[in-house]
Formats: sequence, structure tokens, C-alpha cells
Amino acid sequence: MTTGLIFACAGAILFTMGVAGVMLLDHLLRRILAFNLMGSGVFLVLVGLAQRAGNPDPVPQAMVITGIVVAVAATALALALARRLFTLSGGYTLPETPDD
Amino acid sequence: MTDPLAWLILLPLFWATGAFLLGPGRGARLAIAGVAVQLWLAFALAAKVGAGGTAPAGSAASMGTAIKHAIGGWGAPLGIDLAADGLTAVMLLLTQGVALPLLLFARGYFAGDSAAVRYFWPLTGFLLAGFNALFLAADLFNLYVTLELVGLAAVGMVAMSGTAAQIAAALRYLFATLIGSGMYLLGVALIYGAYGTVSIVTLTPLVNADAPTAVKIAGGLMLLGLMLKTALFPFHYWLPPAHGGAPAPVSALLSALVVKASFYLILRLWTGPFAPLADAVAWLPALLGSAAILWGSWQAIRAVRLKMLVAWSTVAQLGYLFLIFPLLGADGLALQAGGMQVVAHGLAKAAMFAAVGVLIHVTGRDAVADVAGAASRMPVTLFAFGLAGVTLMGLPPSGGFLAKWLLIEAALAQGQWWMVAVILSGGLLAAVYVFRVLRQAFLLVPNERRHRFAKSAPLLEWMAFALAAASVLVGLRGMEIVRLLGAVA
Repeated sequence: MTTGLIFACAGAILFTMGVAGVMLLDHLLRRILAFNLMGSGVFLVLVGLAQRAGNPDPVPQAMVITGIVVAVAATALALALARRLFTLSGGYTLPETPDD
Repeated sequence: MTDPLAWLILLPLFWATGAFLLGPGRGARLAIAGVAVQLWLAFALAAKVGAGGTAPAGSAASMGTAIKHAIGGWGAPLGIDLAADGLTAVMLLLTQGVALPLLLFARGYFAGDSAAVRYFWPLTGFLLAGFNALFLAADLFNLYVTLELVGLAAVGMVAMSGTAAQIAAALRYLFATLIGSGMYLLGVALIYGAYGTVSIVTLTPLVNADAPTAVKIAGGLMLLGLMLKTALFPFHYWLPPAHGGAPAPVSALLSALVVKASFYLILRLWTGPFAPLADAVAWLPALLGSAAILWGSWQAIRAVRLKMLVAWSTVAQLGYLFLIFPLLGADGLALQAGGMQVVAHGLAKAAMFAAVGVLIHVTGRDAVADVAGAASRMPVTLFAFGLAGVTLMGLPPSGGFLAKWLLIEAALAQGQWWMVAVILSGGLLAAVYVFRVLRQAFLLVPNERRHRFAKSAPLLEWMAFALAAASVLVGLRGMEIVRLLGAVA
């Protein structure tokens, strides 16, 4: 097993854990952290798989940097919304969906 | 300087920033002027694409010979390429065409409460920039970035009114959209690992030649993520609260355009690089789409609140889009049906949310029961609602009729009778929920003690009417759209 493949497999496991976290956890901060775990998993796959014959490939690294910027923006938005929800409802969990 | 491709993305970014600095009053005027110029640019681009001759729509060649632009003179892979073909041109026209009347509507709708809508104009600008960049993107990674831009701007708009219920809906929507684009990005990573490129044009022959298991997994992940973002049944759970709770102009933008962005991406991938992998799973989206039509319509019939009714109708109408996947044959009928349905539903749903916005504004309540007797006070609004309903039901001569006609023709050509049954019963169910509202408005006498009608604004009513009329009249101009869908430059 090459190092690249190990990175990719670790990334896939992190991604799966992240998705499960976003879907199954209740606490909003944990869900936001799980989303970041998900993102890191994808970045590991991207960088890990792209090592060709030991030489790093610059294109996926540029993609990862862009991806990190997007993830930071999404995290900031999620945190702002979570704080707002906390001031309005006093809790960090989403209310049950109304039926209608 | 005169290349419409780059300006379609730059212009909304400029006016969004300007609108943020200027505040809602002058920002609104700037935004409307900006979208008017964008509409003109989209027409210019469509004329250019349409003049280039035709090829089978969505075929591998159509992306390869499209109008291209390398941003800043840097080509792929280090730079970013933009590309436009017929499908792109139709989507761009629809986006600017729906946005312009909606922004005029929003200016009247939000007049007066400036605190809540401070962010409407800048967010709309960023949303439109995201759309235009998405439709013009020529590589998978760029599509990911634009998809996130659209998603984050849309979440911001859902949260705009700032109540606890809206913030919760926005967060639920945010998590759904982040999981969806995360899956998409993992797919992109696997594809880059397999082929060392993300350009759609370069990928198509590579996937055709040899598709290892990793690419099949990537295709599945991307499709799943995008179906979640398009709110296909059973991933629709986030849509009704997000679309049904937002202010009317926001709901209209979300329902008419945002969900179509990820559908466009599915269509682009399905008819492009993933065409050889897609045949095996084509029935899954079609079955889920049928379920969406029936379940969404049923929920719309049951809905107590007006905006929920319209939001559930979106779930149902999105189902039609997914019926086309097993039918995508050589004749291009199904693709035309899909494109037509996107255009017709975009216009009709924008009109319906706008009309419902006026009804709620005037009656002061968001319940189907409370529109009783509204017909005599707001004939134009209800006419707009009815016309939009005609499109959703698929009655001639509307755009919805043309879409469903093409779809039925494609289904019959391949002997899929059950699909015809789903399409026709979907139309009947749509009639039930549309007439539920119209019956209240026209036949029932208002309970005067409960009803105090506010004055309605003519601008709002006529903008809703313009969108609804466009959704019907687009059926008469159907041939131009169908020809454009198959055009390459």
C-alpha cells in the first residue's frame, strides 16, 4: 500500500465519520465540527491520491486551498446562525420540524 | 471587454458590493439596473450561441465546441475556463429573466421595513453571480466552488428575516447543502485521482474509454450529493420549511432558481462525462421523481398554509425533471422536455410565490382559508396565480404543457406507459391544489369579522402577473428554446 493510498483511505474514513456526525448529532457546535472533519477528509483524499510517482501535483493543492477557504466561510456562516439561534431560543439544538 | 461571459459573473459581484455599501434604497436601484444589463448580455450570448448551428443536444461534442473564455488569458489547468453552449444560454436567460421582475417585485414588497432587508440586495447579487458562474463553469472543481457560492448565499437569504424558526430552517438547509456539496467534492477528488484532470471536455473521452471502480463510486457520490441539493424525494425534508418560511421574493428565487442549479449540474454530468456509467442507475432518479410528484402533490393538497402549499408543489414539480433520465436517448426529446420544464416551472413558481406574497401582504395571514373573497379585491393577483397554476397543471398553451407533452412523447416512444400515468395524474393533483386556492378566493364569502384587507400595491400585482404570463407564453415560443437547447457555437 502506497502512502498516497493510506492518506486516501484515512480521508474516506474521516469523511464518513463527518457525514454521520452532521446527520446524527444534536448539538449544533458538534455538527459544525463534524462538517469540518468531513471537509478535512476530502482534502486528504484529494492530496493523497494526486501524488504521482512521488512527485506532488500542484493543482490539487490549489484546489485544497480553495476548498479550505470555502469551508471557513461555511463554518463562519454556520457559527453565526447557531449563535443567533442561541440568543433567540436559548439552546444549541434544532427544534423538531413542524408537521406542516 | 465586450465578452458577455466574464461580465455575466463580474457585474452581479460589482453591484452586490455596491448595494451592500449604499444600503437598501439606492442599492435596490443599482441591483435592478445591473440585472437589466445582465439580461441584455444573456440575450446577446444566446444569439451568439444560437447562430452557431445545431448538434444533438447534450452530446459529447456540444461542450467541446462551445463559446469559450479563458479568464485573464490563463487557460486550464492553472487558469479557469468559462464555456457556454445551448443549455448554458437557456439557463442564463431563465436566471436573469426571472430575477428582473422578482427584483422589481422585491423593491415594492420590502418598501418600508429596511432593517430586515438590509442584506437582500447584496445577497441576491452574490446568488446571481454564483448562478452565472455555475452555468458557465467548464470544470468539475469550479462547479463545486460555484455550487457552494449559490448554497451559502441561499442560506443567508433563508435566514434573513431573523426569527427563530427561520434560523432553524436556514441551519437545516445549510447542513443539507454542505453534505451534498461535500459528497460532490469527494467525487471530484476521486476523479482527479483517477484521471489527473477535472475539465469536463477532457474527462468525457477518458471515462468513455475506461472507468475504474473509483470513478463509479465518484459518480454515485456526486449524483447522491446533487440529488440532496435538488431536494429530490426522499431528500426533500429541508425544502418546505426553508422555502415556505422565507419572505416571498426570497422563496421565489429559491424555488424558481436555486434548486435548478444543482439539477443543471446533474444534467450536465449525466449527458457529458458520466453518460457511459449512467444507464445502469437511470431508473433510480425516475422512480424517486415519480414518488416526489405524488407525495409532493399530496402534501400540497393537505397544506394549511399558502406558502407551504406552493413549497410542496415545488417538491412535486422537481419530480418531473428526474423522469427524463431513463429516456435520454439519441432523439434528444427528453432533454428538451427537461429544459422546457426547468424554464416553465422557474417562471410559474416565481409567479406563484409572488402572487401568494401579495395575498399574504393584503390579507395579513398565511392560510389557504383566509383568501376567501380575495378575488374581488385582487383580480390581477389571482389571475396570476391561476395562470401559474395552468403551467403547473400542464394545460395548453403553457410552457408546462409543452414540457409534459415532450416528456409523454419520449415516454411513449420507449414504451414506458407507467410514466405517462404518473405525468397525467401529477397534472390532475396539481389541478386539485391550485383550484383549492382559487375556490376559496372566488366562491367563498369572507368572514368580515376576521378579515381586514390591506391595500394592495399595483406594482406587486403586475409583476406577479408578468411572470405568470411569461410562463404561459413561453409555450408559444417553445421552438426557439428547444432549438437553442440543441445549439452549439
